Amino acid sequence: MRKFILKRLALSVLILFCVTFIIYLIMRCLPSSFVESRAMQLATAPGAKPYEEWLSQLNAMYGLDKNVFLGYLGWLKDFCTGNFGDSWKYTVPVVEKFNDTVWLSFIMGTISFFFEIIIAVPLGVIAATKQYSRTDYAISTFALIGISLPSFFFATLLKLLFSVKLRWFDLIGIVSRDYAQLTPFGQFLDKAHHLVLPIFTLTIVSIGSLMRYVRTNMLEVLNADYIRTARAKGLSERKVIYHHAFRNTLIPLVTIIGGSLPGLFSGALITEQLFGIPGIGYTSYYAMVIGDIPFSMFYLTFLAVLTLLGNLISDILYAVVDPRVRIA
Amino acid sequence: MAKKKGEGYLSAKDSRRISKENRRVTKAFEKQHKRKNVPENEYTTQMHNPENTLEIDDLHSYFFTDVGTVKSVDGVSFDVPTGKTIGVVGESGCGKSVTSLSIMQLLQRPQGQIVSGEIRLNVGDKVIDIAKAPTEVMQHVRGNYVSMIFQEPMTSLNPVFRIGDQVDEVLLLHNAENKSKEEIKRRTIELLEMVGIANSEGVYKMYPHELSGGMRQRVVIAMALACDPKLIIADEPTTALDVTIQAQILDLLRQLKDRINSSIMLITHDLGVIAEMADYVVVMYAGKIVEQGTAEEIFSHPCHPYTIGLMASKPVVGKKVDKLYSIPGKVPNPVNMPDYCYFKDRCEMCLERCSGEYPHEISLSPTHKLSCYRYYDANKEGEING
Repeated sequence: MRKFILKRLALSVLILFCVTFIIYLIMRCLPSSFVESRAMQLATAPGAKPYEEWLSQLNAMYGLDKNVFLGYLGWLKDFCTGNFGDSWKYTVPVVEKFNDTVWLSFIMGTISFFFEIIIAVPLGVIAATKQYSRTDYAISTFALIGISLPSFFFATLLKLLFSVKLRWFDLIGIVSRDYAQLTPFGQFLDKAHHLVLPIFTLTIVSIGSLMRYVRTNMLEVLNADYIRTARAKGLSERKVIYHHAFRNTLIPLVTIIGGSLPGLFSGALITEQLFGIPGIGYTSYYAMVIGDIPFSMFYLTFLAVLTLLGNLISDILYAVVDPRVRIA
Repeated sequence: MAKKKGEGYLSAKDSRRISKENRRVTKAFEKQHKRKNVPENEYTTQMHNPENTLEIDDLHSYFFTDVGTVKSVDGVSFDVPTGKTIGVVGESGCGKSVTSLSIMQLLQRPQGQIVSGEIRLNVGDKVIDIAKAPTEVMQHVRGNYVSMIFQEPMTSLNPVFRIGDQVDEVLLLHNAENKSKEEIKRRTIELLEMVGIANSEGVYKMYPHELSGGMRQRVVIAMALACDPKLIIADEPTTALDVTIQAQILDLLRQLKDRINSSIMLITHDLGVIAEMADYVVVMYAGKIVEQGTAEEIFSHPCHPYTIGLMASKPVVGKKVDKLYSIPGKVPNPVNMPDYCYFKDRCEMCLERCSGEYPHEISLSPTHKLSCYRYYDANKEGEING
C-alpha cells in the first residue's frame, strides 16, 4: 500500500508539470491581455507616453517579454520557491487574496455537499428499493428537475420568490447594510442568512445526478445474486438493504465523493456571481477575464493539486470499502 | 398506415391497460405479504401425508410483466418425501427455478407472485402453507427450515464480507439462543470442515474473491446446512463447476443429506446428475409437469414424448451416433399459451386428438404420472413400452 501511494505521488508530480504548463500556455494565449488594456488606459491619460512605449515597459515589468517556455520556467521557479507573486488585478499577494476569498466558498461548498449527500443518498436508496412505485416516480421527477434546471435559472426563481415576493432574504451580497453595527455573533448570523439561498441553489442543482447515480447502483446491487442469497438466509429486508446492499453501493459512491474534493474549494462561479458573493469562484472569474496570470495560475494549480489528491484519496478509500482491490 | 402488426405487437392503449391491471393485482399481493401479526391459523394447515416434508399442490406462480401475464408455473403438484431426493428436470425457462423460488417466496417481486395453490411445509410441530405465509413468517422459514444452494457460486457470496461473517450470520439469525460469539464461530468452523474445506480457520477470515468456484460453492452449502434444514433446494448446484468438482459436490450433498436426514430438491438439466442422485424425478415443460415418477420409472420407461426426447438427446458412452438427437422447434410463447397440449407443436408422436384441450394427468402406477393423450387408453390395456 505504501509503495502504491508513493508511486502515485511521484506520478502526480509529473502530471502536475504538464497541467501547469498547459494552463500557462492557455493563459498567455488569452485574447484579453492585462498588459495591453493597462497600456491602453495609461496612454489615454493627458500628456502620457504613447501606447507602444507603455506596452513594452509594462511587458518588461510583468515578465511577458520572454517567450512562453521561458516564462513558464520563470513561473515554475518562483512557484517552487514559494514565491507566488502579487495579483495584477487586486495588487495584493496572491496568497493573501486567495486566503481572503476561498474560505467563504469552502464553507458554502462543504455545507451544500453535506446536504447533497444526506439528501441524495437516502433518496436514491429509497427510490431503488421501491422501483416503479409512486415514491420512485416522485423522487425521480424531483431529481430530473434538479438536473435539468440550470443554476442561474433556479437561482433567479428563488430570488423572485424569496427575495422579491416574500422579502425574506436580500437579493444580492453577503452582508446587510447595517453589518458594521452588529455584534460579532450578529455578524455571523447575518452572513449565514445571506448564504441560505446560494447553498439551497447549489444543493438542489447537485442532488439530482448523485441521487440518480445512487439509485442506479443500488438497483444493480439489489439484483445481484448475493442479495438473493442474503434473502434466502432469512435476513429481514432492512438488513438486506442497509447491510448487504449498501456496503456494495458504497464502492462506486466513494469515487464520486473523493472526486468532489476540488469542488469544495473551487467555488461556484455562476452561483456566487448571481448572489454577489465574493467567494473564490467570483474572484477568480474576474481575475481570469482580465488576464491576471499570477492569480489564475495559483488558483488553477491549486485545483489541479486537489484533483490529483482527490483521486488518490478515492483510490485509497476504494481499498477500504472493497476487499477485492486491497493490495498487500 | 395499414402496416401489418407483427406478433407480440401491443398498442399504447393495451400496454397502459396491462400495466394498470398489473399494478392493481401486484399491489393486492404485496399488501398480503406485508401484513404484520397475522393469526397463525391463516397460514398453518395439515399435511396430506405426514411422511412428506413438502407437498406442492396445484401451484400457480405468475409474472405480471408489461407485455402480459407469464404463467411460469401453471398448476404444478408434487411431493417431497422426508429424507429423499427429488430431481426436477426440464429445459431452460420451463419453470424449475420459479417453482423453487416460490418455495422460498423469493420470486422477483412485485412482478412475480404466487397466485394460487398450496405449498405445505412440514416443520415438525406444525405445517406452514408457504403460499399464504406473510413475509414475517417466511423470514423465519428461510435458512432455518428451507435453504437454498444457488447456481452461481462465483456471485452468490457477498464480495465485501468475510466468509466467516457470512456463515455466522445465518447461525446468529436462527440458532443463536444465548450462544456466545465463540460458540458460533466454532460452529461455523465445524460447518466449513464438514463441507470439506481443509483450512477452515484460514477460510473463516478470507473474502469470497480469495476462493475458487468449488470452494465458494462449499461455503454456500455450509451456509445452507447451518441450521439443519428440513429441505435443501439445490438450484443447478454444479452447473458452473468443472466435472471433477461436480462429482465432489454431489457426493458431499448426498453424504450431508443422510447425516441430517433432510430432503433435497435438486434442480438441473443434467440427466446424468439426476440419475445419480434422485429417488424421484419430475419432468417439467412450459410451466407444467408432464411426467413424474421414481427415477427407475423415468429412466427405464420414459413415456411422455418430451421425456423420451430428453433421454434421446443425452449422449451415451459406447453408442455411436452421427449427430446427437435434439427436440425440434421451441417452447411456445409464455404470454399466449395454446389451449391444446403445449408440446404438440414439437411432438413427433402426436395423434389427432392432441388438438383437444390440455391433457389431464393420468397414473400409470401409484408413483408414475403423466399428461399425454397417447396413454389415455394405454393404462387400461396395460401396454406401456418405453
